[in-house]
Amino acid sequence: MSITKLRLELKEKIIEQLNLVEFSVADIDDNTALFGDGLGLDSIDALELIVMLDKDYGIQLKDPKEGKEIFKSITVLADYIARQKNI
Amino acid sequence: MNSGFKIKSFINIRNGIISFNNTILFEDDANNFKDFIKKAYKSLDIDYPKFFKMDNLSKLAFVAADVLLNNINIDENTAVILSNRSSSLDTDRKHQTSISDAKNYYPSPSVFVYTLPNICIGEICIKHQLFSENSFFIFDTFNPEHLWIQSQYLLKSGKANRVLCGWIDIDDSKYDAFVYVVESQGELHHTINNLKKLYLCP
Amino acid sequence: MQDKKTYKTTSNRVAVTGMGIISAIGNSVEDNKAALFSYKSGIKPISKILTIHASQIQVGEVSSSNNTLLTQLQLTPDTNFTRTALLGLTAVKEALNNAKIIEFDTYKTGLISSTTVGGMDKTEQHLKQYKTSLESQKYISSHHAGDSTQKIANYIGINDFTTTISTACSSAANAIMLGARLIKSGKLDRVIVGGTDALSKFTINGFKTLMILSDQLCQPFDDNRKGLNLGEGAAYLVLESEFIAKKEKQSILAYVSGYANANDAFHQTASSENGQGAYLAMQKALKIAKIKPEQIDYINAHGTATPNNDLSESVAIKRVFGDQVPNLSSTKANTGHTLAASGAIEAVFSVLALQEQTVFPNLNFKSKMKETMLTPITKIKKTEIKHVLSNSFGFGGNCSTIIFSKK
Repeated sequence: MSITKLRLELKEKIIEQLNLVEFSVADIDDNTALFGDGLGLDSIDALELIVMLDKDYGIQLKDPKEGKEIFKSITVLADYIARQKNI
Repeated sequence: MNSGFKIKSFINIRNGIISFNNTILFEDDANNFKDFIKKAYKSLDIDYPKFFKMDNLSKLAFVAADVLLNNINIDENTAVILSNRSSSLDTDRKHQTSISDAKNYYPSPSVFVYTLPNICIGEICIKHQLFSENSFFIFDTFNPEHLWIQSQYLLKSGKANRVLCGWIDIDDSKYDAFVYVVESQGELHHTINNLKKLYLCP
Repeated sequence: MQDKKTYKTTSNRVAVTGMGIISAIGNSVEDNKAALFSYKSGIKPISKILTIHASQIQVGEVSSSNNTLLTQLQLTPDTNFTRTALLGLTAVKEALNNAKIIEFDTYKTGLISSTTVGGMDKTEQHLKQYKTSLESQKYISSHHAGDSTQKIANYIGINDFTTTISTACSSAANAIMLGARLIKSGKLDRVIVGGTDALSKFTINGFKTLMILSDQLCQPFDDNRKGLNLGEGAAYLVLESEFIAKKEKQSILAYVSGYANANDAFHQTASSENGQGAYLAMQKALKIAKIKPEQIDYINAHGTATPNNDLSESVAIKRVFGDQVPNLSSTKANTGHTLAASGAIEAVFSVLALQEQTVFPNLNFKSKMKETMLTPITKIKKTEIKHVLSNSFGFGGNCSTIIFSKK
């Protein structure tokens, strides 16, 4: 899968997994901060993303602190997954 | 017994109807609670994106509280005393299902968070920035006597300036909420008999 | 309901006249006391529940099996007592024996219990057999959160006032607070207050998904703490108005002199950075007790050993106590985090601290948190203790503080 497709897929999954009902894919910029001031996700959202990584991509994070770096933005997350899965 | 305190306002949510101070505010014949409360959220212009992360119990409590609290001047010393019969059963089932299948084992943290009945109080306090006392009771049925004792105590002792109080129960698609505000101002006397009557409105 | 007169008096201090407890470190007050004095931890790999997480968690299990508890309570196996109810009843019985109360006809007596698990321990075992097995079906009606309260009330014969509180990990503290208020206002003469929770797969799986469990023995207030160990247990106090306690020549173990509850209004499960809810609860409890922060001799902290709680609680403690932080320890490294029961289990430990004039140690502590540099007590410390402050903070931002004072 191309990295562009992966980014799009991630946006769709995030919207669904995190119940971001008022957002569409177009609202999430590749480089917007997912946490803090950008999309405003919180610590429970981070845990949900960890579940999503496991369920949909077979990647298991043991330490929630790792998530801080990986979930910085769609671009960072997509790059991480691509590296892990050798896409 | 006339306590001196008043029921400032009240809301009933059941059978597809939301009524505020005995006047129908919103009505819908949606088949399930999720659709009903989503439509209510939109119709009442609530505008709080985190609403969609909440479980059904929290959504029910949140809508009730929002209507009540947006119509009065509140301060952070508003206590919240809620109760129900089902506790968090509606969400407990979801969590239980998600941990039952060893082959498809992906329990959701955001579901588990809501497997406690008092989280709905947390949601109300977060939105309205209420730092006051809060408690959640489990009863067999709506228990106005006990709620009356609680609110009276908090107001008489000065521990709260007002109390958001009531019953919010949901189990599958059966929902029943009666939430009210008790304080020094209002039209109706805060009595157990009045609470019993208002519970049955509209 | 009998129409009993309650005794309203001017001296309405709330006396603790009995206690009962069952936890991972003992099945009685004496056993728990001995364990605290000998630095004993009841936290181990799980043995009574089969879970896929067994190798990744350590828990504080009560040593008795359900069959043992049933036998000790002289209940037959055909009852539908859940483990939550069995633990609760065991502790209530001890509390009543301790208070030498054998009847409820003379004084208006209430029971305020609390739980988060309710009958889930049995439900999760029997759920799949409900359709086919009568033996399993009997547990349908014991699932309800009020069931254990009702079972306890029926067994001991209380019918004046019973209620169930469910506010996560502050539940039992809130039960104590409500009981104290009902005594002070003269609505009840006596009240049994506390909480009970059994371990369950439901809870274990849930906490696992929140990633706040430690696979090691938990380290409250330690800079390297990794998370909490779940526990189970039950504890209850008997509270009476001082007037009645003295009239009946009861042993007064301590007084409930202060109590307060506040909401943190920050997040569903995480505590705020400045610990506002905790701060308000402690401040208000001190006000009720009419004492200054410097008069607190020991804080039995909530101290779950999660990165978030211990930091938030430390910040709140420093806000209240400034540079004069009293002796501090968390006993959750002994018992595990017993959820709804924790406020009552730690209330028992707080009263023991007053009786023994001893601060119980905070196990497994090695290095101070960088952010606040708080140092809990790590060795048994005999010292003058007049007032103990006990914190219990629950999900949903529900923060409670109880202050116990010496006779």
